[in-house]
Amino acid sequence: MHHLWLIPALPLAGFLVNGLFGRRLPKAIINAVAVGSVLLSFLWVLQVLNGLMPLETLYVERYATWIASGSLDIPYELAIDRLSAVMLLVVTGVGLLIHIYATGYMSHEDGYYRFFAYLNLFMFFMLTLVLANNYLLLFVGWEGVGLCSYLLIGFYYLKNSATTAGNKAFIVNRIGDFGFALAIFLIFIQFGTLDFPAVFSAAQPLPAESTAGILTAICLLLMVGAAGKSAQVPLYVWLPDAMEGPTPVSALIHAATMVTAGVYMVARSSALYLKAPLAMDVVALIGLLTAVLAATIGMTQFDIKKVFAYSTVSQLGYMFLALGVGAFSAGIFHVVTHAFFKALLFLGAGSVIHALEGEQDLRHMGGLRKKIPITFLTLACAWVAIAGVPPFSGFHSKDEILLAAHHHAPWMYWIGVVTAGITAFYVSRAMFLCFFGKYRGHHHPHESPVSMWGPLAVLALLSLGGGYTHIPQFLAPVFPLAEGAHDFTLVAISVAAGLTGIGLAWFLYIAKPGLADSIASNLGGLYKLVYNKYFVDELYFATIINPAIAGSRTVLWKFLDAGLIDGTVNGAGHMAQWVGAKCRRLQSGNIRTYATWVVLGAVLLIFTIGGVR
Amino acid sequence: MNLLSILLIVPAAGFLALLLLPRAREKDARLLALIISTAVFLASLGLIGAPSSFETNVEWISSPAIRYHVSIDGLSLWLIILSTLLVPICVLISWNYIGKRIKEFYAFLLLLEFGLIGVFAAMDLFLFYVFWEVTLVPMYFLIGIWGHERRIYATVKFFLYTMAGSVLMLVAILYLYSRAGTFDYSVILTLLGNGRLTLTAAEQLPLFLAFFVAFAIKVPLWPLHTWLPDAHVEAPSAGSVMLASVMLKMGTYGIVRFCLPMFGNAARECAPYIAVLAILGIIIGALVAMVQPNMKKLVAYSSVSHLGFVVLGIFSFTQQGMDGAVYQMLNHGVSTGALFMLVGYLYERQHSLEIKSYGGVATVAPNLAIIFLITSLASIGLPLLNNFVGEYLILQAAAMVDVRWAVFAAIGVILSACYMLWLYQRAFLGETPEEVRSHVHDLNFREMAAIAPLVILMVWMGVASQSFLPTISAANAEILQKSTINVEYEVKRIPAETHYGD
Repeated sequence: MHHLWLIPALPLAGFLVNGLFGRRLPKAIINAVAVGSVLLSFLWVLQVLNGLMPLETLYVERYATWIASGSLDIPYELAIDRLSAVMLLVVTGVGLLIHIYATGYMSHEDGYYRFFAYLNLFMFFMLTLVLANNYLLLFVGWEGVGLCSYLLIGFYYLKNSATTAGNKAFIVNRIGDFGFALAIFLIFIQFGTLDFPAVFSAAQPLPAESTAGILTAICLLLMVGAAGKSAQVPLYVWLPDAMEGPTPVSALIHAATMVTAGVYMVARSSALYLKAPLAMDVVALIGLLTAVLAATIGMTQFDIKKVFAYSTVSQLGYMFLALGVGAFSAGIFHVVTHAFFKALLFLGAGSVIHALEGEQDLRHMGGLRKKIPITFLTLACAWVAIAGVPPFSGFHSKDEILLAAHHHAPWMYWIGVVTAGITAFYVSRAMFLCFFGKYRGHHHPHESPVSMWGPLAVLALLSLGGGYTHIPQFLAPVFPLAEGAHDFTLVAISVAAGLTGIGLAWFLYIAKPGLADSIASNLGGLYKLVYNKYFVDELYFATIINPAIAGSRTVLWKFLDAGLIDGTVNGAGHMAQWVGAKCRRLQSGNIRTYATWVVLGAVLLIFTIGGVR
Repeated sequence: MNLLSILLIVPAAGFLALLLLPRAREKDARLLALIISTAVFLASLGLIGAPSSFETNVEWISSPAIRYHVSIDGLSLWLIILSTLLVPICVLISWNYIGKRIKEFYAFLLLLEFGLIGVFAAMDLFLFYVFWEVTLVPMYFLIGIWGHERRIYATVKFFLYTMAGSVLMLVAILYLYSRAGTFDYSVILTLLGNGRLTLTAAEQLPLFLAFFVAFAIKVPLWPLHTWLPDAHVEAPSAGSVMLASVMLKMGTYGIVRFCLPMFGNAARECAPYIAVLAILGIIIGALVAMVQPNMKKLVAYSSVSHLGFVVLGIFSFTQQGMDGAVYQMLNHGVSTGALFMLVGYLYERQHSLEIKSYGGVATVAPNLAIIFLITSLASIGLPLLNNFVGEYLILQAAAMVDVRWAVFAAIGVILSACYMLWLYQRAFLGETPEEVRSHVHDLNFREMAAIAPLVILMVWMGVASQSFLPTISAANAEILQKSTINVEYEVKRIPAETHYGD
């Protein structure tokens, strides 16, 4: 026994301590419990991996039965292989850094204990998600992280925008989970079990479906779930709003870990997807579409967190592109590097916001490079990483994805390259607007404490060097490595696209400031369309949400329920009263009349019963 | 005399004792009721070990032969314990809520407990019918005397609706007596099992429908549900809790206990139609809940939606679906009972059930807010809380029968998140208006003690369903097996399928 259960149980214990007693505990103890539990969890992951290496096969621990009924048997069972090992290290490692950072960032906030309790609860569910050895237990973590996301987005619960964003996140995720749940039902019907090893080995001998069959249905429904959790078209709309939560939450949940759960789940189900090429194509297309769509929106936003939020959506699109073209390990590789540089971008943005006492609008920043140099330097590392500048981390993973896309269909590669250019552009734009030029705000920026820039520095190193972690090679026992040499031309083109994006941003925001605005106003309608996020939220409200509410109120409630059904019932009641009034004459008070009725009734009864016999 | 009969006698005796209490010492009724009901609850836990060993079967009336035959199995066991658990809880939440005719209130609560235990234990059809009607009386008064403004309308509606159904059931019971010569349910099942009694298709269907409609009204199955929102809104807190948590389950219990084993063929025949009604109830109930301005109505319509799941599970005729359905009966009892308690707590503070009278309660009453949140999450089926297990089993079973059932029913799971989270946002989050700030305070010890057991159960039943499911499974397996015993129906159908042989 390697006691895998300790990995999620430690943060759970932290949640219970802070959640139950935190209101009366001093901050130092809350910190110790919250950070300590994640640290121990991280160390336990290392300990477990140390004991299990080389971990070429799945290691399973069964603890108890959770649900059993008839032929259905769902255990509490945790398992670890190289795929979950990578995820565990990212979740506990990046999670630990963000916990430390948050002790500084949140130090002036009310509800300090509540924040850390939720954060620890999130770690518990996320680690359950990664360690689960069957679909239903994965679903526990899946819904659980959604709950924590809801709680943390709505952390500032006095603000209506925050609680509304929390609701939106939960409900949109529920729509995704609707698909996921149906997939689970179908998996059980098809395979008679929900255990990963059993399902995947049963899928192994099946032929790949050339036309849509049950496996295609399962994979598409799983993708619906993944689209909800990982913010893909058409369910991505909750993620930008989720930025209402405190910035460490945006970094941990809405950038580094939770939103990659969909990628993990699809990668975990690769054995099923490989038998459903149609579903794979859908995954790739959704990924590509999301990547482009979100990147274009990212170019126009002025809220620094919104820029990075759309960037996250876009980068997640890249990961699904990877999965869809069959490059599962490249997708996971990008999960890892993205966790480093995107967590860093958000934490750095948090440091900026912290320095400016809450300011998030890029138009009110500028010239901060001298005022908060450490933040600038660390953010610059994330910048070169996401822009795909070699040899930093984003370059490696993006490169793997684009090459795989080219191998699958060259046009996907080209769209991916353009998106890479746009990505480099919007991140550079944010960096230039924030750190270069003249300061346009009216605060007195100050550098953040070491508890905040310490984690930034670690993440900066990881963002720079994370490309050399050789994730695809490490994952080879789970996902066989694709054959094929690196095509130098293709690499050069994508690097050039990134550099072009940076250069263009430099030209528009440093060399010729003001040019960007005039281009925007020249574009007019098109710019407005993108700036307003293609009016997708408005579309959903007009076509689904408002009609559902109005229809429920007027048609279902007022007309059908209160009017038709209850009206019929009350009508029957009135009818009975009317009949009763007429029949009152029978109650004459005359005993002989009553006696006649009794005799008649009795005779009728005797005949009826006799007749039946 | 065994434990089961003692559990029946004590509340009945308590009912009489409370009525005899002198008016001057009326307030002692609360304490007395608390002691009696707590004792009954603790005693009822003694049923858990070997539920089937508490049978009593003696003659009650010699002609016609009506027997005092009570017995329980894994199906009724937990429903009885749920009832005995909720009565002391209801005493606690009524402590200050009930200001007039105190001793009668608690007396009726105990009478209700007597009736409920009787309903779940009765093995004689006539005895069952008697207990079924007994439960009606205290609830009629609980709503009619201690209810809100429109209580008379609501309680008469409740009474007539239920009576309309139970009259049908009585006719069916009498007809069965005329065919079988006994009211004893286990004897009837034996006769059906060994072929000494066969019901033709023409008999089975009307009999099934007579029982089913009586039960469906109680559930309530859409579209027979319109008594429910009125009854809930007008009832005092304790009335709503007992109504939602236990009395609705009398309907679903009746379906599982009587309709399936006795009229298995007719039930299977009707299953697709009933499933459609259940699914309509799930979706329409949830959509209507979404737009309710009144909290109690919202929770009432959510019950229509949740009970739709239970009916769907039953009529899947699968082990998973039935287990899920029975488990969901208990889950709904725990979580919706808790929701009605919490709404009652709010009402006691602010004297309003309108959602818009609230806002920002979380700031002034954090414990109330957290418990409301946990209960809401349980109610919308979050994993590791109780409802998830039941809903999963039901939907899984529905998908096994017909994937479309699962697709449409699962929409209800999305909608439940909508109405509960929107309710929570409007009532508990945001800035606190002055009105709320001055009236709403956090839970006191008594209120906390009353709801804590339910919160614990939400987690327990979600994490460790194996404490309950095996006994339920065993009872359901037996019922499923019996639901195929009436062979004549089958004989009629087989030639139609095998005529190619001649």
